[in-house]
Amino acid sequence: MGSHYEAPIRKPLVIGEKSYHDISVDIARPIEGRANKQWWIVFSIALAMFLWGAGCIIYTISTGIGVWGLNKTVGWAWDITNFVWWIGIGHAGTLISAVLLLFRQKWRMGINRSAEAMTIFSVMQAGLFPVIHMGRPWLGYWMVPIPNAFGSLWVNFNSPLLWDVFAISTYLSVSLVFWWTGLLPDFAMIRDRAVKPFQKKIYSILSFGWTGRAKDWQRFEEVSLVLAGLATPLVLSVHTIVSYDFATSVIPGWHTTIFPPYFVAGAIFSGFAMVQTLLIVMRKVCNFQEYITVQHIELMNIVIMITGSIVGVAYMTELFIAWYSGVEYEQYAFLNRATGPYAFAYWTMMTCNVFSPQLMWFKRLRTSIMFSFFISIVVNIGMWFERFVIIVTSLHRDYLPSSWTMFSPTFVDISIFMGTIGFFFVLFLLYARTFPVIAQAEIKTILKTSGGKYKRLRDSGKSLTGTGADKRTSVINKLNK
Amino acid sequence: MKPAKIVRAFYNDDDVLLSAVKTIKENKYHIEEVYTPFHVHGLEKVLGLEPTRIAIASFIYGCIGFAVSILMMNYIMIADWPQDIGGKPSFSYIENMPSFVPIMFELTVFFAAHLMVITFYLRSKMWPFKTAENPDPRTTDDHFLIEISVSEVTGKLKKILKDSGAVEINIIDSKEH
Repeated sequence: MGSHYEAPIRKPLVIGEKSYHDISVDIARPIEGRANKQWWIVFSIALAMFLWGAGCIIYTISTGIGVWGLNKTVGWAWDITNFVWWIGIGHAGTLISAVLLLFRQKWRMGINRSAEAMTIFSVMQAGLFPVIHMGRPWLGYWMVPIPNAFGSLWVNFNSPLLWDVFAISTYLSVSLVFWWTGLLPDFAMIRDRAVKPFQKKIYSILSFGWTGRAKDWQRFEEVSLVLAGLATPLVLSVHTIVSYDFATSVIPGWHTTIFPPYFVAGAIFSGFAMVQTLLIVMRKVCNFQEYITVQHIELMNIVIMITGSIVGVAYMTELFIAWYSGVEYEQYAFLNRATGPYAFAYWTMMTCNVFSPQLMWFKRLRTSIMFSFFISIVVNIGMWFERFVIIVTSLHRDYLPSSWTMFSPTFVDISIFMGTIGFFFVLFLLYARTFPVIAQAEIKTILKTSGGKYKRLRDSGKSLTGTGADKRTSVINKLNK
Repeated sequence: MKPAKIVRAFYNDDDVLLSAVKTIKENKYHIEEVYTPFHVHGLEKVLGLEPTRIAIASFIYGCIGFAVSILMMNYIMIADWPQDIGGKPSFSYIENMPSFVPIMFELTVFFAAHLMVITFYLRSKMWPFKTAENPDPRTTDDHFLIEISVSEVTGKLKKILKDSGAVEINIIDSKEH
């Protein structure tokens, strides 16, 4: 078939002798099997961290924000740092599933499901911080544009903080719907394989009765394409609006027009790093090396390298513009970042975000799994420090030198951050045991184009017609006859 | 006359399925439905399915969202409670529009995405607790199923199906269906 043609120079995206049935079996295996000891150990640690963090959230809310290390000068610190960090991580999922879909990048299919799951879970963590920081989270509904019970006051649509409420809730809900729609055929596959009645029941509910008629697939493809088209500007808008939280204020170091593209690049950078961290572990644990190949890792490393370079250019531009503007406050803010009391944070950021991704120019390094894993952790540390540098070093030198101060986190600050990491991993580990973590229906559509077995058949001049048959399922056919 | 029988032909390859659909159509049999485990490119073309209009629906939903956002912010910020913040009075929507653009965009996307997905779910009859209607569990794994309705099953049809590469043929009364 001509429609399955792909240039022989392209490396296979599914390696080995996989048939359609193999894909079903492989993707269903982690769900149908039992959790091993390591899973329980990691899950217990994550759960303990989560519960400890939840306890600290309750302590914060019942006692007050005073339990954090904030002071009169530094009124925003770890909370907003963590918020922006998690939101940034949450950008890779939609980037992979939407932008790469529009660019027809087939390699996204091995990783998009988990990247989207990661997006949803990390946006949930991000959403926690503004809610806790309200101090009285039960009044959170005041952010919704409803008539106020205490007079005809409304929310302020001129405020970037309110734009954020809309941007993040739209992003979270649209990502969730995009993810779930893609999951329906895969849940249906698990449902139709399930032997135990309880499993069958659960997966029939989750699959919304997906049937797979020709018309359903036609709509499915169109919906995916339109959602990708909508999600692409959406994902760019979310971090743009997050950057407005800073850029529309008049704090030196925040009041810059470069913030939106700079934040978006940084978000993609950290998001890909987190996808890398998770998938390098997952491909090993779930035996998905044939679906998430070294080529996938290499391509993600290239994205990390490019976005890391964009971030590097943004850092340099900031410095240049601060000098070029001739504004002393602006110049001092940047000089103070690099040489002041928080210089350690600045240079950690510079090393992790600008220097380390440049190592990916070496093919040997970007195809090394251990090295990629290491760099992905380094990048996420760097990106956390970037937000810390932007937020705390800009605030801690107030206009009045008498207000100058330092910020040091209390155990509550640290615990809540650790708690969100725990919560994130609790969700991700549960997901890895119960959800089809690779978009199997999508992988099946590219199997004949990019599967190793089929590429070899085609290259040797054989026809692919009729090669979808699998011995195991064909035996069942004969028995049924 | 109402067709009395439904013939279900199973295939285990997407290329074979495509050519089988062509053959069956050439022989003037009515294909009721095709169930596939994944999207087979070109299937809707050989089946002669109309293009879906769901993208147009999404565009309309987006326009509604855009209008809702303008009406909402105009009422809240301009009509109901105008304020003069820092010498920048909010007495005209168009003059204050730059700060409303983000939410105009977000609500457009919100409406277009969610209403389109809801439309898709309802048109394809999908919601929680809906029972799946695929006649065989193998159609979500690696089998492709063509459903043909006929008044009576002839040897000719069986031969066509067999020659087109069907690996299994089941015949049921349409009453059972």
